Amino acid sequence: MTESEMKKPALGWRLPFSIRIEPRIDNPPKWFSPMLSVIAVVFALLIGALVIWLGGGDPWAAYSHIARYSFGSVGVLSDTMVKAIPLMLVGLACSIAFRMKLWNIGAEGQFFLGVFGASLVVLLPVLPEDAPQWLFIITMIISGMLFGALWGFIPGFLKARYNVNEIISTLMMNYIAIEWNNYFIYAVWSEGGFQMSRMFQRNAWLPRLSDLGTTMPFFRGLTTHMGLLFALIAAVVLWWILAKSQWGYEIRLIGDNPRAAEYAGISIKKNIIFVMLLSGALAGLAGMSEITGVVHRLQGAISPGYGFTGIIIAWLAKLNPLAVILASILFGALILAGREVQPSGIPTLIQGVIMVALIASDYFLRNRVTIVRRVEE
Amino acid sequence: MDQVNSTNGYKNVVSMRGIIKRFPGVLANDQVDFDLRQGEVHALLGENGAGKSTLMNVLAGLYRAEGGTTMVHGQVVNFGSPREAIEAGIGMVHQHFMLVPSQSVTENVLLGLDEPRFRMNLSRYNRKIEEIAQQYGLHVDPAARIWQLTVGEQQRVEILKMLYRGADVLIMDEPTAVLAPSEIEELFKTLRSMTVQGKSIVFISHKLHEVMDISDRVTVLQKGKVTSAGIETKDITRADLARLMVGRDVVFRVEKKAVDAGDVVLSVEDLKADNDKGLPALNGVSLEVRQGEIVGLAGVAGNGQSELAETLAGLRLALEGRITVNSQDATNKPVKLGIRQGISLIPADRTQVGTAPNLSVTDNVIMKNYDQEPIGQGWIVNSLEAIKYASELKEAYDIIVPNIDTSVRLLSGGNLQKVILAREISSEPRLMIAVQPTRGLDVGAIEGVQKLLLAQREAGAAILLISEELEELLSLSDRIYVIYEGEIMGEVVDGDIDKIGQMMTGTRLEQIEAQGVA
Repeated sequence: MTESEMKKPALGWRLPFSIRIEPRIDNPPKWFSPMLSVIAVVFALLIGALVIWLGGGDPWAAYSHIARYSFGSVGVLSDTMVKAIPLMLVGLACSIAFRMKLWNIGAEGQFFLGVFGASLVVLLPVLPEDAPQWLFIITMIISGMLFGALWGFIPGFLKARYNVNEIISTLMMNYIAIEWNNYFIYAVWSEGGFQMSRMFQRNAWLPRLSDLGTTMPFFRGLTTHMGLLFALIAAVVLWWILAKSQWGYEIRLIGDNPRAAEYAGISIKKNIIFVMLLSGALAGLAGMSEITGVVHRLQGAISPGYGFTGIIIAWLAKLNPLAVILASILFGALILAGREVQPSGIPTLIQGVIMVALIASDYFLRNRVTIVRRVEE
Repeated sequence: MDQVNSTNGYKNVVSMRGIIKRFPGVLANDQVDFDLRQGEVHALLGENGAGKSTLMNVLAGLYRAEGGTTMVHGQVVNFGSPREAIEAGIGMVHQHFMLVPSQSVTENVLLGLDEPRFRMNLSRYNRKIEEIAQQYGLHVDPAARIWQLTVGEQQRVEILKMLYRGADVLIMDEPTAVLAPSEIEELFKTLRSMTVQGKSIVFISHKLHEVMDISDRVTVLQKGKVTSAGIETKDITRADLARLMVGRDVVFRVEKKAVDAGDVVLSVEDLKADNDKGLPALNGVSLEVRQGEIVGLAGVAGNGQSELAETLAGLRLALEGRITVNSQDATNKPVKLGIRQGISLIPADRTQVGTAPNLSVTDNVIMKNYDQEPIGQGWIVNSLEAIKYASELKEAYDIIVPNIDTSVRLLSGGNLQKVILAREISSEPRLMIAVQPTRGLDVGAIEGVQKLLLAQREAGAAILLISEELEELLSLSDRIYVIYEGEIMGEVVDGDIDKIGQMMTGTRLEQIEAQGVA
C-alpha cells in the first residue's frame, strides 16, 4: 500500500484506467489542428442542443430546421453565401494581422470606413451618376479599401512609432468609425429626414446572380453578388502571400519571435504598418461589398458585428486563409439561423462556445493526453 | 559539532560544513565550508558558475543540499523554504528584484506577511518602515510606488523587506551589478551601518575592487570548491585573489592549425553604447580582428560583452566611435546590410534571439538568406530550394531531427545550436561574432561547436569569440582581449591566465606590468 492510498480512502470503485497528460515532445500530426476546430464546432452544437432541450425545445428539429434554411436549397444557400461574403473578408483581415500577433480587433471600424469609402463615390459624388458600372465598381473598390486601410494605418502607425497598444486603439476606433458614418447618415446625406441616404442607382450595384436570371432561369432570385468573387480571390492571394512570399515569411517570423526577426534584419515597424494597411483594406473591401452588393444605401445597422465575428472565424480557421472560406460559410449559416430559430440567442451562444472551445483546444496542441489502462497492482 | 564560539572569540552566526549540491551534470558545491561571523561583511568571490549563488541559495532555503550540515546560531537547520530561512533570520536579496511595480514600498514590504490581516492601515506601517529605513540609512519613501523608484532604491526596498522580517543575516547576490557608481557608494554605507548594528552580511561578487572595499573577510570559490576560506581581506592582495578565483590548469586543448593572420577585417575604435536600461555599457572599446584568427573577449558576464556583440551586428545604437568591417564603415548600419557584408552573429540566447521556436527547421535556417538567390526569387521564397538547402545543412551539420518540418522548439540545446551554426557558417561570413557558443551544451556538442569555429578560422574568417569560459578562450583564441565595465583592460597573446584574471577584475594591463617591474 502506498502512502497516497492511505491518505485517500478508496472511493469504493475505481476507474479501470487513468488519464495522463504530458507536454508534447513532437509536432502533432497535420490533421490534428483542423480536427480540433471541427470538434470545437461539434461541441458548441451539443451545448446549443442542451440549452434548446432545457428550454423545452427539440434540438434535432431546431438543427435540421437551421440546416434546411441555410443549406437546404439553392436559394437559401445563396442567402448563406451573402452572409458569408463579408465574414470571409473580415476573417481574412483578422487572420493576416493575427499571424503577426497584431491584435487588430478593429475590423468592424475598418468595415464601416469601407462602407463610407464606397458610398462616397456615389453620394459625394465622385463619379457622374451615369458612369458605367465597371468604372463604379473599380472606383468603389479602390475607395473602400483605401478608407479601410487608412483606419488600419492609424493604429498601425501609433503602434510602430509610439508602441501604443493596438488592441485598445483598434477597439476604440470602431466607435469613432460608427459615429463618423452616423454623422453622414443623419446630417449630410440623409434623404427627406430619414436616417439613411438615397438608394444607390443600379449602375453602382455589384452584379448579382439574379441579374443573369433573364437568360438563365436557374439563377433567378439568387442574391449572391460579386463580392463572393472578391473574397475568394482575396483568400487565395492572402494564402499565397503567407505561404509563398518573402513578405509572408517575414510576417510568420515576426509573429513567432520578433527578436529573432530583428536579428535577421527584418524591420518590425515597417511590417506592422504594412500588415495593418492590408488588414484594414480587406475589412474595407468587406464593407464596400456589403454596401454595394446587399444594402445599396448608406444607413445605420449595416453590420451585425461582422468585424467581431471575423475574430472568431480567424481562430476557427487557425489563421489559414483558405480555411477562412469554410468557417465563414458556417458562420453565415449561423447568422441566418438567428432569423429561423427562436429564441435567436442560440446561434450567438453557439458562436461564443466555439470561440471558448477553440481557445481551450490549444491545450491539446501542446499536450498529449493518453489513457493508461490500470493494470493489476 | 562546531562550537558557537570559535576559539578566536568571534561568534559564528552561520556555519556550513561539507555542503554538497548537484545539478544535472554539474557538481555545483563540492564539500564547501563557510563561516559567517556576527557583524562582518563576508565576501563570496568566484567566477560565473563557481557555485557562490548555489551555496547561498542553500542557506536561504531555496535549494536543499544533498550533503553537509548548516548551523545557524548554533542550531542545526535544514530549511525547506525561504520562509523557514527568514524565520531563522536569514534573508537573501536576489539579483533580480521581486517587487510589484504598481504597489507602494510599504505594500511590497508587507506582501506575504500575516500582519496586517484585514485592514491595511498603511500609514501606521509607513511609519514603522520609515523607522527601520532611518535606522540603517536606507533612504526611500515608504509611500512611493515601486515603478517610480530607481534601481538603487528598489534594492533598498528589497533590503527593507528582509530587515522588516527580522533578518540578521543578509545575503546580497551581486548587489552592485545593477547599480550606478554613486548608488554603489550609498549601498556600501548602508552595509557598513548594518554591520555596526550587529547584522552580518554575505556579499556575493566577482568584482575584486568592491570585495577589497567592503569586505572584512573573503571566501573564494572555484568550480564548486573553496580555494580559500575566510581570509582577512586586509591580508591579501588583489593579484592573489584574482589567481585564487581563476587560476587553474587548462584541462584540454583543441588541435589548432597554424594560420597566418591576414588583413584586418573588424576594427573598432572608441566605441560607446548604452545598455537596455540606458546606462553606459561600452565606454570606449577599441579592438581589431584579422582574417584567419580567433580573438577572444574575456570578461565576467555583464561587463558589456553582449552590448558589444549587438552593436557590431547593428542591433544596438553606437553612440560614439567607429566600426569598420572590411574597410567599410559599419557603424549604425542596418542589420541586413551587415549580413550582406558578411557579418554573422551567433547570439548568446538561442531561443529568445537565435531562433523562432514554433517555425520549422527550414524556416529557421533560411532566416538570413530568404531574400537571396536561389531561395529568394523576386517576391517569393522558393520552397523547393529552401527545403533542399535545409536538407543539405541537416546532413552537413548532423542536426538530429526527425524531419526538417519539425518545429525547432522541440530540438535539444545542442541541436538548436547546430541549426544556428549551420545558418551562420553557411553564409560564409567574413566576420563571425560568437557569443557564448558552447554555453549549456554537453561535452560532445561543445567539441563539435569548437571544431566548427576552428574550421571557420582556417577558412579565413575573422572570429570574435565572446565567452565567459576561460578555458575555451585559452584553447581556441589566438589573442585575448579582456573587457571590464565596458572598457578593454588589455590584450594577452601568450594566454597568461594571471594577467587575464587581474584584468577581469578591473586592473589594467599597464598597471599589472608596472607592478611586475616594481
